[in-house]
Amino acid sequence: MNLKRRKKDLTFWERIYIPEIIKGLALTLKTMFRPKFTVEYPEVKFIPPASYRGRPVLVMEENGKERCVACGLCSRVCPPLAIEVQAAETPDEKERYPVKFEINMIRCIFCGFCEDVCPEEAIVMSKDYELSFSSREEAIYGKDKLLTPIKQVQDRINFLRQYK
Amino acid sequence: MSILQIIGVTAVKILVIFTMMMLTVSYLVYFERKISAWAQNRLGPNRVGWFGLLQPFADVFKLALKEDIVPTNANKPIHTLAPMIALFVAFTTYAVIPFGPDVNLFGYTVPLVVADVNIGILYVLALSSLGVYALTLAGWSSGSKYSLLGGIRSSAQMISYEISMGFSVAGVLLFAGSLRPAAIVQAQHGWMWNAVLQPIGFITFLVSAFAETNRLPFDLPEAEPELVGGFHTEYSSMKFAGFFLAEYANMIISSALIVTLYLGGWQFPYIESFGLPAGLVLAIQIISFLAKLAFLLFFFIWVRWSIPRFRYDQLMSLGWKVMFPLSLINIIWVACLIMIFNL
Repeated sequence: MNLKRRKKDLTFWERIYIPEIIKGLALTLKTMFRPKFTVEYPEVKFIPPASYRGRPVLVMEENGKERCVACGLCSRVCPPLAIEVQAAETPDEKERYPVKFEINMIRCIFCGFCEDVCPEEAIVMSKDYELSFSSREEAIYGKDKLLTPIKQVQDRINFLRQYK
Repeated sequence: MSILQIIGVTAVKILVIFTMMMLTVSYLVYFERKISAWAQNRLGPNRVGWFGLLQPFADVFKLALKEDIVPTNANKPIHTLAPMIALFVAFTTYAVIPFGPDVNLFGYTVPLVVADVNIGILYVLALSSLGVYALTLAGWSSGSKYSLLGGIRSSAQMISYEISMGFSVAGVLLFAGSLRPAAIVQAQHGWMWNAVLQPIGFITFLVSAFAETNRLPFDLPEAEPELVGGFHTEYSSMKFAGFFLAEYANMIISSALIVTLYLGGWQFPYIESFGLPAGLVLAIQIISFLAKLAFLLFFFIWVRWSIPRFRYDQLMSLGWKVMFPLSLINIIWVACLIMIFNL
């Protein structure tokens, strides 16, 4: 059996190792011409799949209004207490809307609990992973930075409906 | 030609060769990184300039700006001397390698060698023995146990493989009948390159060249996992750059030697029978030398990333018990060939 061949069982050609060396060289040469795995960031960015938990965003429907009713469940469930919501009355059908909605991105741990607990599918985890700030004040994202059109997060919403 | 003209021509040749060597050494580092990356399914350096071609300048810049640290236990003069010896040996060996046939310029016959010494090969062997000093002094003068071990191992390795290198060269000399590199190249006319006539000698010389330049699979003296860098552990900035460049310059020297001794130098087989104009023939011959050199350098880099490292005792037993008898057998083989075919 070939399982355990002792040194004296090697044939002459195997003992001088030259055929093995040539096989090794051929493998390396073949690898040189195969496609490379390097992703040339930042020219080519990695687009994560729908199940990826990136930065939390507020869903904005086609008429330009957010879905959020300022119930405060997300801010209550957030483990590092990163979300702050202030409700106010609106003449729309949903009657409540957040006049101030802030997420402190330095505190956010990207756990996705806010998305799980929201009853309106108003806050979802987007695919954005590139965050950098120059000061702590800059890291507190208000409604202007959090509102995203529904088309951008549609695959996340489909994933949520299918799996969660 | 008067003395002044000879000095002038030689100065021009030295300038050309020195510039070419410096450029080739720096770009060899870049090509090594690129080819090693390609062999590992990744891209090499491609940020500095198109395709990363300005990377060697970035490397030199970085090394020049680093702090020069000398350990307290080190023997300072020798510590500084060692990379200088390494670089000196690496660059002066190139003086006797012919990279083209004799050229007729303005009525003078200019040989394309910096120094057409008639004991050229002996000069090369002597200088490579001098290269052992650089490593030994580096390892010993650093005042650290890793460096000492690395330096001693490296010197022992280089000395052992110099023996088989010398005997393989003896086979070539028997065939060519002269120590002049130009004569050795001339003796390999047509298809009779020494690699074809003396395959055993070719293989022993190739293996010895890998061992002489401390290159994988024989690079235990400077292997990172084993010895943290061996003899050049305690070196930083320009002295490290000196060793680094000397290693790649040694690689170029060994490749140039292999091309001259075994692969027919600048010869292109049967080019006289094509009847091309003399300028084109000269260009083709120089290009063929450079192409063979480039292929051998690629081979050095290729082998580095394909073959595992030898353990030190395996290395020494290979050198003494296998390469040495093989090179002696090679001499007998060449002698028989000469006797049978009256060459």
